[in-house]
Amino acid sequence: MALIRTLSVAFMLMFTAAAIAGGIEVREFDDPVMEKRYRDLTASMRCPLCENQAIDDSDAPISADMRERVYLLLQDGQSDIEIIDHMVQRFGDYILYNPRLENRTYLLWGLPIGLVVIGFAVVVLMIRARRNASAKALSAEERARLDALINRERSS
Amino acid sequence: MRRPLLLLLPVGFLGIAFLLYQGLGLDPSHRDSALMAREFPTFEATTLRDEEHQVDQTLLTGEVTLVNVWGEWCPACKQEMPQLLELADNGIRMVGINYRDTREKGLEFLHEFGDPFEVNIFDPEGSLGFDLGVYGAPETFLVDADGVIRYHHKGYVSPEDVRERILPEVEKWR
Repeated sequence: MALIRTLSVAFMLMFTAAAIAGGIEVREFDDPVMEKRYRDLTASMRCPLCENQAIDDSDAPISADMRERVYLLLQDGQSDIEIIDHMVQRFGDYILYNPRLENRTYLLWGLPIGLVVIGFAVVVLMIRARRNASAKALSAEERARLDALINRERSS
Repeated sequence: MRRPLLLLLPVGFLGIAFLLYQGLGLDPSHRDSALMAREFPTFEATTLRDEEHQVDQTLLTGEVTLVNVWGEWCPACKQEMPQLLELADNGIRMVGINYRDTREKGLEFLHEFGDPFEVNIFDPEGSLGFDLGVYGAPETFLVDADGVIRYHHKGYVSPEDVRERILPEVEKWR
């Protein structure tokens, strides 16, 4: 137990050290709502340079610039949408982890829903087909033959 | 009736699989600038050589101009200088943006590697770079005579890039 505790403390220290060495600055907010918005915004934007890291987690110079700009625009009283637009105008849709719903992204957002609907429809069709098949499976002639077979089994 | 409908499923699956497979082959670093076909952002700055000399976005109107974002700290910028000098020799108007640099280092760079630029905009904080969506140097923008961005080249400009991409684009917008 003691070993595990020592190890976990060592790990935590390592991660803290990495965070400090990474140079991701700590920003003070008086208003907790503003702080939450800052966290959410910087977590929702992809660093344009590092391909799959949010700007709140990246020590690339451009990510620091973008965090700074988000902070300044928040202080300036801009809404989340205005801030996102500000960034997309400069760095493109690429920086959004969640693409916005607009004409050219309908397919992207709609495809999963569409596939679920199609899958559901296929299942319904298959169940129906199976029901019909079992009800109509035997013609009158086949039924008569089946009865005859069963009777022969019994009498023997 | 049921069979052809069921046949659609594997076809649809293959279609989506093909689409996603194509996506895997795309290079995420090759994407168009968000500023394509938009006006060059407004700015106010001084020039690298003269801190008294104010310039703004009107600098980039009137003639097709190549705008190159560079910094002394950027190795690829040094490597592409011969290509930029050649472009300037071909009579193309070149404007530099000295990005996240100091005047001293910037001037040293031009002294050592040559200066193809009519003028260099001094952008020590990278604020013009930010408005241009620059996230690393070098980057090169082609601005037409109306000050609209028409072409964007991210990264090192090779001699092939000059011949196959940049010169044809310059001709196209002249």
